[in-house]
Amino acid sequence: MTRVRPAFVFPVAIFLALAAVFGIYLYQVGIGGKTVAELPSALIDRPVPDFSLPPIEGDGVGLASTQLTGQVSLVNVWASWCPPCRQEHPLLMRLAREGVPIYGINYKDKPDAAKAFLAELGNPFAAIGADRTGRVAIDWGVYGYPETFVVDRTGRIRYRHVGPIMPHDLKTRIQPLLRELGR
Amino acid sequence: MKRVAARLVTMFMLLLSAPALAVEPGEMLADPALEARARAISAELRCLVCQNQSIDDSNADLARDLRLLVRERLKEGDSDQQVVAFVVARYGDFVLLDPPFKATTALLWGGPALVFAAGLVGIAVWFRRRRAEGSEPAPLSADEERRLQALLDGDGSNPRP
Repeated sequence: MTRVRPAFVFPVAIFLALAAVFGIYLYQVGIGGKTVAELPSALIDRPVPDFSLPPIEGDGVGLASTQLTGQVSLVNVWASWCPPCRQEHPLLMRLAREGVPIYGINYKDKPDAAKAFLAELGNPFAAIGADRTGRVAIDWGVYGYPETFVVDRTGRIRYRHVGPIMPHDLKTRIQPLLRELGR
Repeated sequence: MKRVAARLVTMFMLLLSAPALAVEPGEMLADPALEARARAISAELRCLVCQNQSIDDSNADLARDLRLLVRERLKEGDSDQQVVAFVVARYGDFVLLDPPFKATTALLWGGPALVFAAGLVGIAVWFRRRRAEGSEPAPLSADEERRLQALLDGDGSNPRP
């Protein structure tokens, strides 16, 4: 008599499973605590897009894809108007001090604002290209700011991080990958 | 009565009104045929910032840049497929609101059919069980008759064989 009928269990089980999935997605957290809104890059293991950007108004030499081969490097897409960029900046400064070459793509920024940002917080970039129109960022498949790419010696994109780099991301993903690539 | 009529008319007028467009007049192409193709392509491309809107619907900055890019490619003579391939090469299949059938999307496309099949199996099992329950019970065997008689006689002892 107390045996629960499958005809009852089945719909309830389906309902609970769907509620769990929708609930998880509602809070934007996927399996392993990864943000579900974060997308894999279409460019993983592909060569960096072909581009050549001028410097931030009369400041350095700019950035071109040819500079991204021959070493393991990070490419960071940032803007002075982007609060999370400010948030991750100290970590970029630390990486630069440790000798990691970091290249910057300054996205849709005003030259003066970008220069003020770097004067205030320090400049971790080996070179910066100014992407005033945002076209080069589209070639990189950028959709959120900041984004950081790990590029290997052959100039291939090996990893893409969307959003500010947190100490946890650095420790569990970026630094192990840099070591693996033999930096 | 008059107020009801007025409300109905208002509702009807609202039905006729065009939805607010994210596409700004300045973005549109002069050639109406090309512009129509751009609109059709944009409606199939996901805005990666909002993720549940097409770039044709979205006011996001990136959506606008992608709309302009679509139009730029079309003006340069790309076919619709070439334009879509151009965007997919940068943002992956996720950018397509109508994803292609591949190994990685097999569950997405096959899921509804699987659930439907599971439902059919469930219904079949349910019907068979109900028929089994609803049929006439088998007549008592000679042994069961004897036990029943003993119980009805009421001596309390259970004459198990």
